[in-house]
Amino acid sequence: MLRIECPHCGARDEAEFSCGGEAHIARPKEPDKLSDAEWADYLYMRTNPKGILAERWCHTFGCRRWFNIERDTVSHEILRVYAMGEPRRESGT
Amino acid sequence: MKKNKRYSIFSLARNARNYHENWAAAWRSPEPKPSYDAIIVGGGGHGLATAYYLAKQHGITNVALIEKGPIGLGNTGRNTTVIRSNYLWDESAAIYELSLKLYEGLSQELNYNIMLSQRGLVSLAHSQHDLREIERRVNAIRLNGIDSEMLSMAELKQLIPILNLSPNSRYPVIGASIQRRGGTARHDAIAWGYARAADDRGVDILQHTEVTGFRIQGGRVEGVETTRGFIAAPKVGVAVAGHSSVLADMAGFRLPISSHPLQAMVSEPLKPIFNTVLMSAAVHVYLSQSDRGELVMGAGIDKFNSYAQRGSPPILEDILAATVELFPIFSRVKMMRQWGGIVDVCPDASPIVGKTPVSGLYLNCGWGTGGFKSIPGSGFVFAHTIAQDEPHEIAAPFSLERFSTGALIDEHGASGVAH
Amino acid sequence: MKRQRNRLDVGARIDRSRRLRFHFNGKPYEGFAGDTLASALLANGVRVVARSFKYHRPRGIYSAGMEEPNALVQLGGGASSEPNLRATQVELFDGLEAASVNCWPSVNFDIWAFNDRVSGLLPAGFYYKTFMWPKSFWHSYEKVIRKGAGLGTAPEMPDHNIYEKRHQHCDVLVVGGGPAGISAALAAGRSGARVILADEQAELGGALLGNGERIEAASGVDWAMGARAELDGMDEVRVLSRTTAFGYYDHNYVLMVERVNDHLGAPPGTLRQRLWKIRARQVVLATGSIERPMVFADNDRPGVMLAGAARTYINRFGVKPGNRAVLYGNNDHIHQVALDLADAGVRVEAVVDVRAKAVGEAVAAVRERGIEVMAGHAVGGALGKKRLRGVEVLALNEKGDGFAGDIRRLRCDLLCLSGGWTPTVHLFSQSGGKLDYSENQACFLPGEARQAVSVAGAANGVFALKGCLGEGAAAGRSAAGKLGFREVGAPEALPVAQGEAGALMPVWRLPPVSKGERRFVDLHGDVTVSDIELAAREGYSANEHLKRYTSTGMGPDQGRTGNMHALGILADIRGESIPAVGTTTFRPPYTPVPYGVMAGRDVGVLADPVRMTAMHGWHERSGAVFDDVGQWKRPWYFPRTGEGMAAAVRRECIAARSGVAILDASTLGKIDIQGPDAAKFLNRVYTNSWNKLAVGRCRYGLMLGEDGMVMDDGVTSRLAENHYFMTTTSGGAARVMAWLEDWLQCEWPELKVYLTSVTEQWATLSISGPNARRLLSELAEGVDLEADAFPHMVVRSGKVAGIEARISRVSFTGELGYEVSVATSYGLALWQAFQRVGENYDLTPIGTEALHVLRAEKGYIAVGHDTDGSVTPGDLGMDWIVSKKKDFIGRRSLARADTMRTDRKHFVGLLPETRVPEGAQIVAEYKRRPPMKMIGHVTSCYDSAALGRPIALALIAGGRERIGETVTIPLTLQGRVVKAEITSPVFYDPKGERLNG
Repeated sequence: MLRIECPHCGARDEAEFSCGGEAHIARPKEPDKLSDAEWADYLYMRTNPKGILAERWCHTFGCRRWFNIERDTVSHEILRVYAMGEPRRESGT
Repeated sequence: MKKNKRYSIFSLARNARNYHENWAAAWRSPEPKPSYDAIIVGGGGHGLATAYYLAKQHGITNVALIEKGPIGLGNTGRNTTVIRSNYLWDESAAIYELSLKLYEGLSQELNYNIMLSQRGLVSLAHSQHDLREIERRVNAIRLNGIDSEMLSMAELKQLIPILNLSPNSRYPVIGASIQRRGGTARHDAIAWGYARAADDRGVDILQHTEVTGFRIQGGRVEGVETTRGFIAAPKVGVAVAGHSSVLADMAGFRLPISSHPLQAMVSEPLKPIFNTVLMSAAVHVYLSQSDRGELVMGAGIDKFNSYAQRGSPPILEDILAATVELFPIFSRVKMMRQWGGIVDVCPDASPIVGKTPVSGLYLNCGWGTGGFKSIPGSGFVFAHTIAQDEPHEIAAPFSLERFSTGALIDEHGASGVAH
Repeated sequence: MKRQRNRLDVGARIDRSRRLRFHFNGKPYEGFAGDTLASALLANGVRVVARSFKYHRPRGIYSAGMEEPNALVQLGGGASSEPNLRATQVELFDGLEAASVNCWPSVNFDIWAFNDRVSGLLPAGFYYKTFMWPKSFWHSYEKVIRKGAGLGTAPEMPDHNIYEKRHQHCDVLVVGGGPAGISAALAAGRSGARVILADEQAELGGALLGNGERIEAASGVDWAMGARAELDGMDEVRVLSRTTAFGYYDHNYVLMVERVNDHLGAPPGTLRQRLWKIRARQVVLATGSIERPMVFADNDRPGVMLAGAARTYINRFGVKPGNRAVLYGNNDHIHQVALDLADAGVRVEAVVDVRAKAVGEAVAAVRERGIEVMAGHAVGGALGKKRLRGVEVLALNEKGDGFAGDIRRLRCDLLCLSGGWTPTVHLFSQSGGKLDYSENQACFLPGEARQAVSVAGAANGVFALKGCLGEGAAAGRSAAGKLGFREVGAPEALPVAQGEAGALMPVWRLPPVSKGERRFVDLHGDVTVSDIELAAREGYSANEHLKRYTSTGMGPDQGRTGNMHALGILADIRGESIPAVGTTTFRPPYTPVPYGVMAGRDVGVLADPVRMTAMHGWHERSGAVFDDVGQWKRPWYFPRTGEGMAAAVRRECIAARSGVAILDASTLGKIDIQGPDAAKFLNRVYTNSWNKLAVGRCRYGLMLGEDGMVMDDGVTSRLAENHYFMTTTSGGAARVMAWLEDWLQCEWPELKVYLTSVTEQWATLSISGPNARRLLSELAEGVDLEADAFPHMVVRSGKVAGIEARISRVSFTGELGYEVSVATSYGLALWQAFQRVGENYDLTPIGTEALHVLRAEKGYIAVGHDTDGSVTPGDLGMDWIVSKKKDFIGRRSLARADTMRTDRKHFVGLLPETRVPEGAQIVAEYKRRPPMKMIGHVTSCYDSAALGRPIALALIAGGRERIGETVTIPLTLQGRVVKAEITSPVFYDPKGERLNG
């Protein structure tokens, strides 16, 4: 059971949160200009790294706010918690 | 099969006389050759079956199977061993039914007892919505020529007398379906049986050999870089459930896959008490009893990405609460061992079997929670796809292109367990 | 009742004044308070207590703790029956009843022991090689094999005890209450840190309880009791006895089971066990170690026992585990135990030590007593069957890896073994920590940690008492110190204890003395040295393959006493070092955990929360039949006395079409949307345009996933300039709310829009039928209900039955209809007011089934009923609601190759000859036998009172182009075939005149 530092409420058990999957997948500004393959890339294709993953979490049973974290998908260690809209770190994948 | 290797009650008795000291190794441990006609990456059930069918169905025997550890220890050795083909969509039904049919003859074909136990698989309905979905599935399955029936409450009670059928439970059981040909098989035996049979036909099984990269020239694969050096082959098939994205990344493309933990557990051994396989979508559990007497249970996936082969305890608490609710007499039975696998999850909960953007590189992944039950069928159609450089007709709908065209095969909920 | 013939007269931690009666295998016995079932059985001279898993060999008590591989028992009966408990862990209580498992008819005469006679045919993995012929026979073989396997039996009745869960945070969690753990807890506690000390035994002390060692002038036990008193006096320290930490998960999350009253027999209705969920800032593992045995022929005979266990039975329980003993091992411990045995009056025949040079204090002391020390010797085999009668001893060669010289027989009924210790690193390994192999100690030790955890004492390879005390204190101090807690003043001086032990000499396997002999490595699973050799020969020589092929370590004891030997033997065969061969993965739980305690209170009515509307009580009193919709209980129909479902639903439908009907619509999801960008937001999440919706108007909206598939629908009203009120499906409410928040927060943070879920805040009822307006007009105040003033799809505020209300003129039945919403606390009052006034209108309460019939007659979709996540608006014939002018979620996906296909499944009506089950499949070309090509399925089907015939809705490939065609619905389950004509999905009042009336 992960312990996640909600930026608004503090550290809470994973059970209070929902995971929104990979972060920094921006919705294309002009979907009509994309090919089917480009649209599929946005819609379905994921990096799914073994290692550091930037992902979105929502404190569903708390403040209901979304935020980003960087988490190691092997050790489950959480390396960083940051606001929605903040860019990922240079070193992140 | 060479004569001195063949298994039977007679060879067992013969060997007992000399204290079983003359059995041959089930498979060789060869040194890698510099090149092969085909390489299969991944020594789980899917990879081993693919290598076997390449040799058997297509006469391609100069094959290397590359596995980073010992064979069969990923999801093949970590699942709850359930086998069934009661899938909703025609495409899914076709591939899982092919698999089930192959399973039905596999002990004899491989000369290795896989302990296929077709004791019936029961799916429970707890609401009108569940019942409607089960009814839809059963009708579709039957018209696809696959066995499936609805069970009356009286039949259900007779089949599983220990099941809580009280109308006062929180989500009372109000109906059920059964696939009588569904059941379980011994997971390790699938890996070892295919390995032994593939080896017998000339396949080199290279354990403790890790792929570190692909050699790709002009969009064509030329072979794989490994911890034991470069191995050349014009065709490379990848079947590495859990790590598909990692390998795809080495080949330079992305997949519509997330890797998630899937947890399972067994109880201490009990005398026979439960003789079917049971699944309940509404209360998120599936359950069977192994030949050792352990109750084997699994649940839905953990929601976050992970490569750690471990999940979070709330999932266990949920499965066990659901189990005690369905089987109040199991409250004092004890959980003995608990573990996790890493499953590839596709957006439509259906697999990807076919060609990739790299010519000569083929992919088999995304089986989610359906990996074990599909091993023979998957290996069969994947071998065809590799041998012919053209998808087998049963594999064709499971192409990577479907994510661009939108022709998804949405089996969400169809596995009977919420994702 | 038999006398406790092996009980010592004085000493030990039992209360001889409290006699406890118990039954084992139906026979009455007596023990004392403080006994375990195992110690009481030994006291009474019971030797054979169990049968092994595979060969059903007679087995006795082998250990004194959780590592016990043999003595599994079934405890109690009926609702208290519990399978597979270790007799060594069951605390004796008055009236205890236990029985051996896995034997028939009795443990002393077991038919299944035939397996032992034919064991030559049953080597490791024999089942993979046979039972394949004839093909269909495996099922028959399996039935027999299944009966032979398994251990205890599942209870026959539901559990009569209850369980609970507790969540707890602490600064330092110390696992293990032996000398190291106690020292750690003392050091951390003295610094003021919040400490939890969890120990699986009934009282603190760990190994001190059994080994008789001393600390300064006091006995080790007295020291532990003193420490307990000090810990109990600290406000921030909690000591949990009878508590096993069994799982170490991510981020220092540790699960523990406290056995609250098992030791009192857990009377019915009482709290039996408690699950502790601990989030610790620091963890100190002082989990001790487990003694290893020695391996030789027939090393499983009753009377063969771990040396430490024999010592514990004497010192802790006052039981002589035998009368004539031989000790065999590779370290000093056997000599220490020999002295304790001799002191207890056991005749010690010899101490057999594989070390050629057995020297040191303990060895000298043994020699001094005149006990023979056979240095450089090994036991080759044990004699006897149901009880040990003697051992065969041989001299070892110079290298110590083979025999030299003749067999010498020694008579004995007790053989105590010590092959060194295996640190209990399970929790450390579960925490993600790495293990390092120690060549001198021949065991795996904790290495690099992954979490905030340290390991102290025997679990860390420090086996001598002095070291345990020091390391424990240092670990406790350091853990607290990392969190900023410091001991006030100088740390207390360490108590002085005995010195170090001599080195051990690992011996994993010796050559067989005779061909075909059976040397057990895993006693529980009957895995022998030959099995391991066979597995390696056949290529299953990876450690994990070996484990699976031979089932080593797969039993309830998890191979605690055998795994290291298996690994050592495998390394020996492969000619590699042990660390090269590796260790197996340690998986939770550390010891088996009952399902009941993991389930806790989440069973029965508490399995999942029940959501009920404000009117629920009225529905119940009115005899409603309910259906579960998500967590909601919704009235399905309201049968009158003696009325069946079909008649009730028909009556309800007729009322709505000809009079007036009332429905509890409170479960509809409701979202309050405010902010200047609200319309812009709705434009993005709905397929249609919201730019021109006037204040006071309502509009139907369809919501898609980004994949273009229909996800939810509902009516949204504009209450004010920047204020909207959205309704969603009942089942989709939470999902839609979360989904909208996701888009708003993550993708469009620039939009000024605020969402509030108000599903629970509003109670809603819906009335529909030709008399709806007249009925409402009797209760509504200050609202003009006339058709021109209050047309369809308009919302007004006013008072209804004196209650502030929102009234929407909307309809899901196709009749004139209104939804009236009030604050939830007034919901029942509103409903009752309608019932009072409604008497004059024959107002009929209807359930969801009638609603479905009515909406199906109108061809309205029910999301999740007629759709399944693979249906686009086009498929539903709802292109009219899809804007061409703007982007919205899912729009691009509608223009993909597959979603543009013209032969997709279309939503159409069906006129079947008879009613068919929903989910029935449709074929164009019927064949007598499957397979046949399906072109779609029936999504909804009802007997329509209004049309006087069955109607259905369906998804059919190219359906809109097939209107007028006849298709076939093969009902193979029912054995009939139904024909149906494809029609428009709108069966009733296609022009919508009634609705607008």
